Amino acid sequence: MNAPVTASSMPAITYNFAYLDEQTKRMIRRAILKAIAIPGYQVPFASREMPMPYGWGTGGVQVTAAILGADDVLKVIDQGSDDTTNAVAIRTFFETTAGVATTTRTQDATIIQTRHRIPEAELKAGQTIVFQVPIPEPLRYLEPRETETRRLHALADYGLMQVKLYEDIARHGHIATTYAYPVKVEGRYVMDPSPIPKFDNPKMNDSPALQLFGAGREKRIYAIPPHTQVVSLDFEDHPFKVQAFKEPCALCGATGVYLDEVILDDKGGRMFVCSDTDHCSTRQAEGHTGTMSAPYQEAAHD
Amino acid sequence: MYVAVKGGEAAIRNAHALLAKKRRGEESVPEIGLDQIAGQLSLAVDRVMAEGSLYDRELAALAIKQARGDLIEAIFLARAFRTTLPRFGASVPVDTGAMRIERRISATFKDLPGGQVLGPTFDYTHRLMDERLATHASDADAPRQLAPSPRAGEGWGKGEERREADATPAAPMPRVTDLLGGEGLIEPSPADDGTPPRDLTREPLSFPADRPLRLQALARGDEGFLLALGYSTQRGYARTHPFVGEIRFGTVEVSLPVEELGFAVPLGDIAVTECQSVNQFKGSATEPPQFTRGYGLVFGQSERKAMSMALVDRALRFKELGEEKSAPSQDEEFVLSHCDNVQATGFVEHLKLPHYVDFQAELDLIRRMRAEAEAPDEMKEAAE
Repeated sequence: MNAPVTASSMPAITYNFAYLDEQTKRMIRRAILKAIAIPGYQVPFASREMPMPYGWGTGGVQVTAAILGADDVLKVIDQGSDDTTNAVAIRTFFETTAGVATTTRTQDATIIQTRHRIPEAELKAGQTIVFQVPIPEPLRYLEPRETETRRLHALADYGLMQVKLYEDIARHGHIATTYAYPVKVEGRYVMDPSPIPKFDNPKMNDSPALQLFGAGREKRIYAIPPHTQVVSLDFEDHPFKVQAFKEPCALCGATGVYLDEVILDDKGGRMFVCSDTDHCSTRQAEGHTGTMSAPYQEAAHD
Repeated sequence: MYVAVKGGEAAIRNAHALLAKKRRGEESVPEIGLDQIAGQLSLAVDRVMAEGSLYDRELAALAIKQARGDLIEAIFLARAFRTTLPRFGASVPVDTGAMRIERRISATFKDLPGGQVLGPTFDYTHRLMDERLATHASDADAPRQLAPSPRAGEGWGKGEERREADATPAAPMPRVTDLLGGEGLIEPSPADDGTPPRDLTREPLSFPADRPLRLQALARGDEGFLLALGYSTQRGYARTHPFVGEIRFGTVEVSLPVEELGFAVPLGDIAVTECQSVNQFKGSATEPPQFTRGYGLVFGQSERKAMSMALVDRALRFKELGEEKSAPSQDEEFVLSHCDNVQATGFVEHLKLPHYVDFQAELDLIRRMRAEAEAPDEMKEAAE
């Protein structure tokens, strides 16, 4: 943050609560309301320059700044972790500019800003999860022109995407999209869920929490209201499946969660640990252990 | 046990402390002052003001200092501050015809009303390292005799000693395009139809973009990107046959209309560089051929940027002028989506952020696909 400059002629530099001025917040809130009214539709908004770089979460930060109130409790994660550099930077940003309470505990947060993950713990009604989105347009890599993709959405013409998924199967035997896996929202708009692993896609469906998506550089906001149908695209003979890990978390023994692979040495040694650090530490606090966390080993295969 | 997933917060604090130390440099050397940056690195300050879209020399100097001289980082700082400022209103369009000229040249006319005024320029310098600047020796002969340079209205090589203090031209200097326009040889500036231009910083960019919006984007666009695009138009990628009708640099007055008073109140002067290119013609069955124009306007003194902007502006007008589309410089979605260096640097550099969740998903898939490729059929899908 800029410290106030004391140079003679320079006016004092001050910032509003949560950095953005109130007019900008109002503009963003309008975009959010429109996005909620049309689930999955990308609402253009007048994205501002933010004091962090484009591509580092400016969309999510603007959405969070616009909805943040003084009594909110904020959690920020990146890659599922509260302690990665970008999560720390964004959390500190709101601590500094808004003075709000922050937490790492999923169930204690009223607003969760995230990059690339949805927490393992089920979200509740009243919670809002804010996704940072790099490329909001699910059709972008199939059609580079915004003028064209907007037309395709307007006509609900998603043939390009179906062909892409089909070609994946023809070429690889699988749909070769493992993250940012496209979904259809409430039977209408095909939407990019942001680069979360497809493992997290099912969590979006019928979620009691409000899900907001902000893309700063691309100037788009979209939303999934609570209890909205979110379906990952697939084919009858190639149904959507999520990743499954062969081993449990080496620290807390959790199964059915998303794991990060950690290389331990240069001889092929590796371990798998929960990507969601809050989930992992909560489980460890409850006494769960994994193969590398305790003197005894607990095989947690179900 | 693996612990490196923790500790990010302390590491970041340390990294930033180290950054502050590196920024300060050797402590036995006096710290650089904002007045020194604003006064002696003034073209860097100009660039930060232009691409930061914030006309404030002192803040730009602060940004340059804070960014350790990284101009794109400094532009970013300026933008992030600017965006928080309230909007009081829009000024009256500045009148570059009434500019207090410091430099004005035309490449299309040898002499013209108001004359050629060279002003402070690198043009015609020999690019030889000046070792006198390495020491402070240049201070010794600081009040160096200014070589005779032309005064406004006196043409090349004439004139007398000209000092900052009386740099005001005696006579007005009509713009070259106005001179050509008097004969109807060049297309007129588009008439003001009273529609307020869209504001790139307050509305999301949408396509097709009209010319005011394109010019806004170009004015804050990256100098290097526009330079390369402008250059490409000279090398056959959407040739527009440009001439520099005029480049002028100086100060113009900014006035704000005040509703209660019923007239505009001058707020002060800003320095700008304007480039008007004169390009090959357009005519039709009903209209005789006319030169066409490209336009560049930049805060501070930046002729490279103003010229590049004019070239790209002209190339982007291909449709309106009935030309064929054949090159990147004509493609407004391509140009406008990629000319902003704050956006570009952010997204390129975000690749430094952790991506291990997505990479894990890719690792998983490639292992599975490799296993299937190597194993017999019954293994297929077993992994899932």
